[in-house]
Amino acid sequence: MRFVKFLAVAAVLAVSSAPAMAAEVLVPPKQKWAHDGFFGTFDRASLQRGFQVYKEVCSACHAMKQMRYRNLAGIGLSEAEIAAIAAEYETTDGPNDEGEMFQRPSRASDRFKSPFANELAARAVNNGAYPLDLSLIAKNRVGGENYVYALMTGYADPPADMKIADGMNYNKWFPGHQIAMAQPIQPDGVQYADGTPATVEQMSKDVATFLAFAASPHLEARNSLGVKVMLFLFIFTGLLYATKRKIWKNLH
Amino acid sequence: MAKYDYVPSAFRSNPIVKWVDHRLPIFELIDEQLIKYPAPRNLNYMWNFGSLAGICLVIMIVSGIFLAMNYQASTLHAFDSVERIMRDVNYGWLIRYIHMNGASMFFIVVYIHIIRGFYYGSYKAPREILWWLGIVIFLLMMATAFMGYVLPWGQMSFWGATVITNLFSAIPVVGQAIVTWLWGGFSVDNPTLNRFFALHYLMPFVIAGVVLLHLWALHVHGSNNPLGIDAKGPQDKVPFHPYYTVKDALGLGVFLIVFAYFVFFNPYMLGHPDNWIPANPLVTPAHIVPEWYFLPFYAILRAVPDKLGGVLLMFGSIAILFLLPWLDTSRVRSAKFRPAYRLFFWLFIAVCFVLGWAGGQPAEGPALLIGRIATILYFAHFLVFLPLLGWFEKPLPLPSSIAEPVLGGGKMAAAAAMEKA
Amino acid sequence: MAQSGSPAVSADGTRKHPDGSTRRDFLYLATTAFGATGAALTGWAFIDSMNPSADVLALASTEVNLAAVQPGMAITVTWRGKPVFVRSRTPEEIAKAKEDDTAGLPDPQPDAKRVQKPEWLVLLGVCTHLGCVPLGQKPTDARGDYGGWFCPCHGSHYDTSGRIRKGPAPKNLEVPPYAFTNDKTIKIG
Repeated sequence: MRFVKFLAVAAVLAVSSAPAMAAEVLVPPKQKWAHDGFFGTFDRASLQRGFQVYKEVCSACHAMKQMRYRNLAGIGLSEAEIAAIAAEYETTDGPNDEGEMFQRPSRASDRFKSPFANELAARAVNNGAYPLDLSLIAKNRVGGENYVYALMTGYADPPADMKIADGMNYNKWFPGHQIAMAQPIQPDGVQYADGTPATVEQMSKDVATFLAFAASPHLEARNSLGVKVMLFLFIFTGLLYATKRKIWKNLH
Repeated sequence: MAKYDYVPSAFRSNPIVKWVDHRLPIFELIDEQLIKYPAPRNLNYMWNFGSLAGICLVIMIVSGIFLAMNYQASTLHAFDSVERIMRDVNYGWLIRYIHMNGASMFFIVVYIHIIRGFYYGSYKAPREILWWLGIVIFLLMMATAFMGYVLPWGQMSFWGATVITNLFSAIPVVGQAIVTWLWGGFSVDNPTLNRFFALHYLMPFVIAGVVLLHLWALHVHGSNNPLGIDAKGPQDKVPFHPYYTVKDALGLGVFLIVFAYFVFFNPYMLGHPDNWIPANPLVTPAHIVPEWYFLPFYAILRAVPDKLGGVLLMFGSIAILFLLPWLDTSRVRSAKFRPAYRLFFWLFIAVCFVLGWAGGQPAEGPALLIGRIATILYFAHFLVFLPLLGWFEKPLPLPSSIAEPVLGGGKMAAAAAMEKA
Repeated sequence: MAQSGSPAVSADGTRKHPDGSTRRDFLYLATTAFGATGAALTGWAFIDSMNPSADVLALASTEVNLAAVQPGMAITVTWRGKPVFVRSRTPEEIAKAKEDDTAGLPDPQPDAKRVQKPEWLVLLGVCTHLGCVPLGQKPTDARGDYGGWFCPCHGSHYDTSGRIRKGPAPKNLEVPPYAFTNDKTIKIG
């Protein structure tokens, strides 16, 4: 049928043009993730380790403003654990009866504490560079969590013919290959409670998993509802096909 | 075509229905225009895309209204309010992904609908006004989609708005004044976002109004059909219900499977990652591209090394569609009987895809050159190929009626089938 | 299907079909039922999006410092966007509230069930009639016939335990969930 032929041609053209459109940017290699695919769910242990890496390493410079402590329920923490983590940080509240703002321990409903008051404060401390908010990093970079993993593991010695500017570091996967952030993840940079060896690859993978969760906290709900919806639509469309055949039989 | 005789549906004899119809003939309208409405019996699945487009409009309006309940049109809160919809609102992620991917689905459906019109000559007499109304809907859709894309206030939202509104600065003398007026300030800012939200909410209802006119114009002479010949009598037609209601429903089922795949399993594929970065008026993304459905027009815009020329050519690429019924000089509607046109039709489709590809590339080197060639071919199709084809092409013989080739026999077979039906 | 006058419109005479009519009816029914169910479930997602969202549900509870509230005084704080009345009751008011436990109350409830400590009365300041905020918090306010609160919208009178005594309101002023975190602080919610 001409129509089918047309759709096939369109699909081939669309698919073949997609990689061409991305040719300009570095596409990091695809890693295997537990949350891949139609039935994917996040690896809870990895999420918790990843949060630990964020908390002990990244959060010194990087905010995650879209995240609230209560969202940690999604990585498998209990209400009490969340309350305990939140209480480690102070949130500005107020004004109180005297009209003053005051600091109080954070609650589950508060946003993750940002390391800096604002962008200028962050730049002042970080040699002019601005540590990005990581809430959506796994969505706003080509490759998503694969980019995070590639970047974390992409530190290396620069090629002999490349000149690295003062205070910059070479990274295979950063656009332009010069990044202000020094290699953040060092072997045994954190002590995992579950005894997993804290290699650079392991920690990178864990933190990328956590950041993928932070960017798409609804991923599991999306997959599980999606599978049901698809199943429903296949049956429904099958029924419609049978009905259509039946009705049109008189005409042909 | 003479007014088609039909037997009213059984429900029309219900006393309540009769009472209402005597005062407001709404059931009569439904019966005549939807249920017993005579449609050519040979419509293929390409004719599904009109009703699908209507359903897309409804999906977009409904999901949009629910998003608006949680969206805040302010530069300070827009991005965060969208994130709140995604993270905290019950099923907010679902509604947002429906709306976000629904825009792409809407354009896919409408593009196929337009291409079907090209192939089967649906724009030809007496359907010119129907065709015009379709182009008006398409233009309104583009404006709506553009303004909607600004609302999440990400990097692409902001810079897309900046670049597209700046198109108007190409207008001599008053251009800059118009841009300032569009912005309500000296850059894309809070006033711009607010008015875009107001208009984005309004436009779909304007579209719905033009859709009604489009349907009205459609129902005057009825649908075109794959053969492109007029119906000769009742044997060429079938009532819309149940034949086309069920066929449209089947098409809808298949469409929803594709739609659901994107919504649930690949919601980010059709978007751009940069729009998940909050708008920053001080930093332009390295590579600004519009959403995929604007890429061909974007390529035409960039094909001309002159600001005003590019803008004029881009708007011209759509304006030329208004003249299509007269630029196509052939009397035969359907490409089925126009072997030479068929080749040029496929060339034109290929040109559109090439333009789409070129629009997604940086404007330099071979991509720019290819984009220019494709732009020339795009306009040549309308201004050179189509007018000449009508003169030089020798169309294949047309069948005498719709029923004839459908039933694969002469008049006898048609009559026999009528009895059986 | 040949009975119908016009062959083109005969398709809806489905029941007359001599063969397979039951299968056809079942098919129609199943398809329609499927479509309706799908539409209804989708509709639910949209309706549910209007229910309180996760951030609204997670809103922090309100802590109130009572140290500055003298007997006979009252303060108003907000919790979940609604006013909460906290009144430090005088011994007379407490006595009156207890005495009225046996009076003919429209919504009978003993005072002891409405307070955790008799000297502190904590109420949602929302009239149970149609949601106005009753008067009676400020010393200069009208307090109604029973010395508690008076709703100016439609004339409901509440007593010193916040119970409805007179007027159109059907129920006593609601007591929100709260707890004393120490002698002088309560946490509402």
